[in-house]
Amino acid sequence: MTLAAAAATAHATATTTAADAHGFLSPTGVEIAFLLVGLVTFGAAIVTVTTRQLVHAALWLVVTLGGLAVEYLLLTAEFIAWVQVLIYVGSVVVLLLFGLMLTKAPIGRSPDADSGNRWAALTVAVASAAALIWVVVDAFRTTWIDLDGAPAGSTEVTGKALFQNWVLPFEALSVLLLAALVGAIVLSRKAKAAESGTESAPPVPSTRTAKGSDKGGVR
Amino acid sequence: MHLAYPAVLSVLLFCTGLYGVLARRNAILVLMSVELMLNAVNLNLVAFDVWLSRAAEETLHSGQALTLFTIAIAAAEIGIGLAIVLAVYRNRGTSDIDKLRDTAEGHEADASAGDAAAAESAAEKAEATA
Amino acid sequence: MTTTTLAVLVPLLPFLGAAAGLLLGRTAPGFVRPIAVLPTLASLVLAVLVAVRQGGDEAVDAATELTPTGSVPIELALHIDGFAALVAVLVAFVATCVQIYSTGYLRDDSRYPSYAALVSLFTSAMLLVVYSGDLMLLLVGWEVMGICSYFLVGHYWETPEARAASLKAFLVTKLGDVPFLIGLFALAADAASFRITRVLDTVANGGLDHPTLIALLLLAGVAGKSAQFPLHTWLPDAMAGPTPVSALIHAATMVAAGVYFIARLLPVFEASQAAMVVLAVMAAVTMAGSGLAALAQDDIKRVLAYSTIGQLGYMTGALAVGDRGAAVFHLLSHGAFKALLFLAAGVIIHAAGTNSLAAMSRMHGLRDRVPDAYWTMTVALLALAAIPPFSGFFSKESVLGAAEHVTTGHSEHAPAAAGWIVLVVGLLTALLTAAYAARLWLLAFRGHGTEAPDHGRQPLTMTVVLWVLAAPSLALGGLAYQSLPGWFDGGELTPTLTTSVLGTGLALVGGIVTYAAWRHTTELAARVPLGAVAAHPEGDAAQVEAEAIASHEPVYGGVAHAPDPADPGRLLLGPLHRHAAVGFHVDAVYSALFVRPVRAGAGLVRFLDREVVDTYVRGAGALPRWLGAAVRRAQTGNVQTYVSALLAGTVVLVVAAVLVATGA
Repeated sequence: MTLAAAAATAHATATTTAADAHGFLSPTGVEIAFLLVGLVTFGAAIVTVTTRQLVHAALWLVVTLGGLAVEYLLLTAEFIAWVQVLIYVGSVVVLLLFGLMLTKAPIGRSPDADSGNRWAALTVAVASAAALIWVVVDAFRTTWIDLDGAPAGSTEVTGKALFQNWVLPFEALSVLLLAALVGAIVLSRKAKAAESGTESAPPVPSTRTAKGSDKGGVR
Repeated sequence: MHLAYPAVLSVLLFCTGLYGVLARRNAILVLMSVELMLNAVNLNLVAFDVWLSRAAEETLHSGQALTLFTIAIAAAEIGIGLAIVLAVYRNRGTSDIDKLRDTAEGHEADASAGDAAAAESAAEKAEATA
Repeated sequence: MTTTTLAVLVPLLPFLGAAAGLLLGRTAPGFVRPIAVLPTLASLVLAVLVAVRQGGDEAVDAATELTPTGSVPIELALHIDGFAALVAVLVAFVATCVQIYSTGYLRDDSRYPSYAALVSLFTSAMLLVVYSGDLMLLLVGWEVMGICSYFLVGHYWETPEARAASLKAFLVTKLGDVPFLIGLFALAADAASFRITRVLDTVANGGLDHPTLIALLLLAGVAGKSAQFPLHTWLPDAMAGPTPVSALIHAATMVAAGVYFIARLLPVFEASQAAMVVLAVMAAVTMAGSGLAALAQDDIKRVLAYSTIGQLGYMTGALAVGDRGAAVFHLLSHGAFKALLFLAAGVIIHAAGTNSLAAMSRMHGLRDRVPDAYWTMTVALLALAAIPPFSGFFSKESVLGAAEHVTTGHSEHAPAAAGWIVLVVGLLTALLTAAYAARLWLLAFRGHGTEAPDHGRQPLTMTVVLWVLAAPSLALGGLAYQSLPGWFDGGELTPTLTTSVLGTGLALVGGIVTYAAWRHTTELAARVPLGAVAAHPEGDAAQVEAEAIASHEPVYGGVAHAPDPADPGRLLLGPLHRHAAVGFHVDAVYSALFVRPVRAGAGLVRFLDREVVDTYVRGAGALPRWLGAAVRRAQTGNVQTYVSALLAGTVVLVVAAVLVATGA
């Protein structure tokens, strides 16, 4: 295929070690570990998107994200791995669990966790997976990562890269985080303000008044 | 290590997340699936960065830097997304995506159904607080 | 001022009066009457001046070309010969009388400003036709008259009769105008000019290629305008308009235009013997038919309308025998006495509160209520019946004399057949004319029964005009028949002994027979009460007339006749009466020939449009609607569905792109 040929020629200088030197059937220890952890991660991801128990989905998500952290470690990206554990496993999943609880997600099996769109979704997902795997494998089947030597993602290396080359985007990102923080607060407060507005106005539909009054009761 | 392994894992995780986004009914589960997709991208970025930092003497580490940014943005996204889901849940009494059909043709029926659901959930809430 | 300037001012002044009347009618109602009367009066004075200066000598010709108009130039041209000068005087005179009369007749009419302006415009258009030296210019006046007649006949548009009559007048005259226009183009194409003088030169040199065709085409327009058979049907119905308008149309303007046009272009018609015979037959049928129909009419104005048609028949008859002097002579005298007849009839209708002769014949002493109308109408009826020494006698004898002249083969212009036709039918019509004139007079003024209602004196403006018009009706013929040939072609207009004796004798016979019949039937009148009078006899004359017209059909069962056994016409006509009353079913024939096919065609078009075309249109709309319904079903509102479709499409596109890029 010409695509593969083009990719091969493009990276001819980069990939000094060709596929004949590193066959797929001659994996090193790192590769075996990567594959095993990858299988666990993928399996956990599958369970995450298919389980009928909503809280379990969040917990399986923890497994997936943790598995990814291990993969980062295997790729010698240490800093990313710990950031992954800290932010995703530590905060994002907790946030998601809070969200589940606040929206009164049923604990236990809920039969309607998947929508009627499931089969269309499955078709699209499988089709895109097939297409992507075909393209990716075709393009990179001969590419070899040399994991020997100094780790590519140690804290020192990453810190240098960040604060030498990526300072401005890094600072901009902090502003973005601040904006997201403010936005989240405003979004949650605005709903309350709107409800108190409907509460104060006397002539409203009965359902609204019932809701408003019981909100008042909650408070 | 072959680059194909992380790349294929990334593809598989991405498509799993895709399936979740398209198939899950609960909005929070959809958000989880979005996280999966973002992580698949992160894995891709890290793998290519490691490869290029060795193979092409590339010292900017753009892949890892972008991964960090993505993680931060994903954190912000999940915060905003949850706030939106909570606001929707408060207004509609549900966080099921396929019940939010205000843009549908002839959505009045759906809207009234949504109102009914809201009333229902409000009643439940009243019971719970009583 | 030169004669040309004066002549230009003659049609221009009424036109300006009309424009001023239309503009100021609402804002300055006090000026409406002066604006209506004064321009027409000034135009009369100027027309007299022009006539005096022209004096029957060499024709005044003036022309200016405003702008180049292609191969056949159209010029603003004047051509004033003796005919034009005298006819213009008549037009301006009658128009002035009508305007003055109208100030009294439509005293309280709210639409008087627009009415007066339209009468002025009408007069202006007729004067334009009279003076015009260019056929296109003539056509302009011709068509303006058509539209003015439409508006004026429909003046009482609240009544359905007036609406129908105005439409009919317009459509029937237009039916003639279309061939007329084609004829004008054909004439101009042959003569390479629209100038009347050049056209006549061409004819004189024999340069006309299709004389018969052109003459017949022109004849159609003339028949429409001058109400000749078979396009005469609009004229009796046009009686639904106000009486002064009838007087104007019948005496001086509209119907005179056709006769005048032939008189102007007589050489064109003379170039074709066939056209002359057709003209003669047309005149004969018109004369005889209208005389019979007039005997059967109940509406006083419809009697006069049919008499107009008959007198116009005399004029076309004179033209058919190639004597335009006689035709225009009769046009002049007829204009005077017919205007008088109509205006007097208006006074009578106002006084009696009805337009029905049957109702008038049951009123006692109507003549004492309106002595002015009685005397002047008597004069005018005598003139109409051609009793010497009234004006109608001389003009009609000149027509008959011309016909007799042709029968003896002394004319190279007209075929002898035309002469015989015109002579015989003209004499017969003299009898009929006297008969219906006598019937009209007897029924209107010799009624027995209840006392005629007293509505006070008629307005002075109306009665004075009657006497002004009575003078020419009485004396014009006798004074003019010797001097007029100098103005015209020089042909003899003196009555010949044979035709005089024959015509007058027949007229006397007609009158006496009618009188006898009336004596016979008048006892019946008391036994059969009839009649309806206007609801508001105290209103002005126009209102009374409008109510009389509106009530005639519901009361008598028809606009034209009344079921009156005391009518002498019924006795005289016998079984013919039923047919004569409805104008010998010409309207029915038209209805069958034109109205019903047009209606059927309209129905067919309507069917095709509603059922056939619309089906395709609806079908064309249905397909997009179905497609839209299908697309609408896709709008579920479920975001996941949308994203699924989006991603599926993306995958397909990506695969396709990769395949194309790799050349697979």
